[in-house]
Amino acid sequence: MTHLTAFNISVDFPLYHSENRSLKKTILSKSASRFGRDRNSRPVVQALRDICFTLRSGERLGLIGANGSGKTTLLRALSGIYQPTNGSLSMEGKLTSLLDPNQGMNMDMTGRENIRLRGYFHAMAKADIARLEADVEDFAELGEFLDLPVRNYSSGMVIRLAFAMATATRPEILLMDEWILAGDASFMEKAKARIESMVRHADVLILASHSAAILAEWCNRLIWLDQGRIRREGAPMVILEEYLPSHQFEELVKGLDVPKLA
Amino acid sequence: MAELSQSDAVLRTFRTQSHFTLSADRGWTQRFQLAFTDVRDGIRLWRLSWILGLSDIKLRYRGSALGPFWLTLSTAIMIASMGILYSYLFHVKTHDYLPYITVSIVFWNYLNTLITDGCNCFIQADSLIRGTRMPFTVHALRSVVRNTIVLAHNLIVIVGVFVIMRLPVSWEALWAVPALMLWLVDAYALSLFLGAFCARFRDVPQIVMALLQVVFFITPIMWYAKVLESHPKADLLIRFNPFYYMLEIVRAPLLGRPVPVDVVLKALIVSIVIFVITAFGFARTRGRIAYWV
Repeated sequence: MTHLTAFNISVDFPLYHSENRSLKKTILSKSASRFGRDRNSRPVVQALRDICFTLRSGERLGLIGANGSGKTTLLRALSGIYQPTNGSLSMEGKLTSLLDPNQGMNMDMTGRENIRLRGYFHAMAKADIARLEADVEDFAELGEFLDLPVRNYSSGMVIRLAFAMATATRPEILLMDEWILAGDASFMEKAKARIESMVRHADVLILASHSAAILAEWCNRLIWLDQGRIRREGAPMVILEEYLPSHQFEELVKGLDVPKLA
Repeated sequence: MAELSQSDAVLRTFRTQSHFTLSADRGWTQRFQLAFTDVRDGIRLWRLSWILGLSDIKLRYRGSALGPFWLTLSTAIMIASMGILYSYLFHVKTHDYLPYITVSIVFWNYLNTLITDGCNCFIQADSLIRGTRMPFTVHALRSVVRNTIVLAHNLIVIVGVFVIMRLPVSWEALWAVPALMLWLVDAYALSLFLGAFCARFRDVPQIVMALLQVVFFITPIMWYAKVLESHPKADLLIRFNPFYYMLEIVRAPLLGRPVPVDVVLKALIVSIVIFVITAFGFARTRGRIAYWV
């Protein structure tokens, strides 16, 4: 059974270089709360504090919060990239994280070469890599661009390719950062359909975003991060009502009603 | 008993590939476990390291007419000019000196880039490391693969010199093969340790590069080791020089000389020291590399 549990996860970032120290001093005067010292009294930024939640099959969690509230760091910690400073992470299921559109892609290689590289990353057999290639080619709709170096792609094309590669390998847990929103409308429809079919198969999605509309539409649970801590947690509309200024929330409700009427 | 076997079955289903746990640092047992898993998973992904290392070379020369054979050509030019110039300067026969300097330079360059690239193996892969969870050992293996491909191109120069000079090649030369295997394993281990160390302390790659330049001059690479035989003090340069032993186990067989047993033993001791330092160093730093790059 697919699940993901974060138990009291805290992440401290070490501040090593001198420019960080002076940066630290300037920020320290504004908000003292997030700068501390670790056991060896080295200066650190407390990026995440006591994050605790469990996701089960079919849950689509949205992360919302101001810039620097720890959304991307949390996604990295949940991906197992950052070993937490405290607490633990446990999961069952194949995880794919889409944190940075260029991640894992070599910009000098062609799109096709990048797909094969992804196949090798998943330790796939030759036949499976061919299938992956066909699937990504079909979904990303890049046409002849697939045989050009990724460097020549527009940012939207890079996103198509990255999303297609990440979802073609059938992840059971998918972590996405907000950049996915840069896709055009037709691509967003396709992406949403793919995510929905994924979640119907009892999988887990975690999405960090600033777009309330996307979160309200894609997620069935929200966590509001503030200064590296969970401030509120619950149903999307409940959290958004508190998080958004009232006029924006009203616009959001109106905006969500339009497609239902049509 | 029945209950026990049932819980055993439950455990086994939980230990599928997709099960993953990671907790905060819990001391050396956990560190060694994580480091061991990393090495094992990295070796399973050897094809990824291979493709990454291969494409590093391919992309470097994409669009150039000679491609990676520029490596061969530039080495050939350097060796030809050095071989002729230094055989005059050192008053030695070009016929003896050229094969010596060819083998020395080709393998010194290999060793040199293995170490300097090893220093940067995690720093260079920062976007991969921060983008997805992947065994860290993949990046160390990639650096070894890349430099071994470069070596393969430079070996052509050695073959060329041997053919042109009509040098005899004996079966003894095959002793270079196990020696090179040892190099590969050492380089892999050293990259893991140096890569992590250099990610944390960004001055170290520069220091290592500067030191290696000094090592190039104090190690018998351009000059013969026997020059120092009459200088008991200068002889220490060789006796306490790990680079000399590592180089000699590969160089001597290729030049048709037997490798003395004590040189082999000392090369093995150097390797064991590297393994021990890496085992502790990598296990200690592994969980922090993602924060450092």
